[in-house]
Amino acid sequence: MIPLSWYLILAAALFCVGLFGMLTRRNVVAILFGIELMLNAVNINLVSFWRYGEITSMSGQVFTIIVFAVAAAEVSVGLALVISAYRRRNTIVADELDMLKW
Amino acid sequence: MTAQQIIFLIAAIYTLASGVLTVTSRNLIHAAFWLISAFFGVAAIYALLNANFIAIVQIVVYVGAIAILFIFAVMLTRRDLRVSEHRLNKGWQIGAALAAALFVGMVSMLAQWSGFTKTADAFPTQFDAVGALGEALTSPNAYVLPFEVASALLLAALVGAVYVAFNPRADENSEAQK
Repeated sequence: MIPLSWYLILAAALFCVGLFGMLTRRNVVAILFGIELMLNAVNINLVSFWRYGEITSMSGQVFTIIVFAVAAAEVSVGLALVISAYRRRNTIVADELDMLKW
Repeated sequence: MTAQQIIFLIAAIYTLASGVLTVTSRNLIHAAFWLISAFFGVAAIYALLNANFIAIVQIVVYVGAIAILFIFAVMLTRRDLRVSEHRLNKGWQIGAALAAALFVGMVSMLAQWSGFTKTADAFPTQFDAVGALGEALTSPNAYVLPFEVASALLLAALVGAVYVAFNPRADENSEAQK
């Protein structure tokens, strides 16, 4: 049998890979890739705690479904913002999108 | 080592390698394909955890919808198909150090937890996980309210995405050209 620690370490590693991508990529779409990896890592945690805890209470899977919905909403709004910013500024490099800087 | 552990290790290494390639690829389209591959790896992990429904939803929603949206966004926003010279920003060492420190911190904190090396009980064969999930999502005693809030959130995101991406000047320009 696989101990719970393997899943948790995998999720922690995937989360940190996503965090690295989110912090360091210059392209806004690539930053969203990093956020998706982080959300997936969280989902692995939720499902593994469901499997290793009380199976009959479905909380872990329900939360995973909610995270799916939130991820879909986040991606659709994020990409709409990216396309809107690209149309106005003709760039999607995060350093150059500095309209809020003063 | 049991067969399950070997399958887990293969899926985990595959997922992590895809994730690393996603955040380091120079070409954004390649990064998007590596992201899809990472989603497949995560779906395999869900299947190993007996969460079959979640595994299918992962493939349908993430690979089928979200990844295609990403590829559309990449293709709609690139000025040229050449690869940009700098894919990471100047302070990438700080980001790498932060991510590594967070990983070490999380694992060392988890290692002190007594339930860390817990193994799962055998999955009960007569237990209908998908049915239980459906009941949990629609029962007033369980999670019907979060479920409805999620649907309201999706609707708000839909309206917001259309509003943000809508370009009123494009219509005027196309009419002026006629």
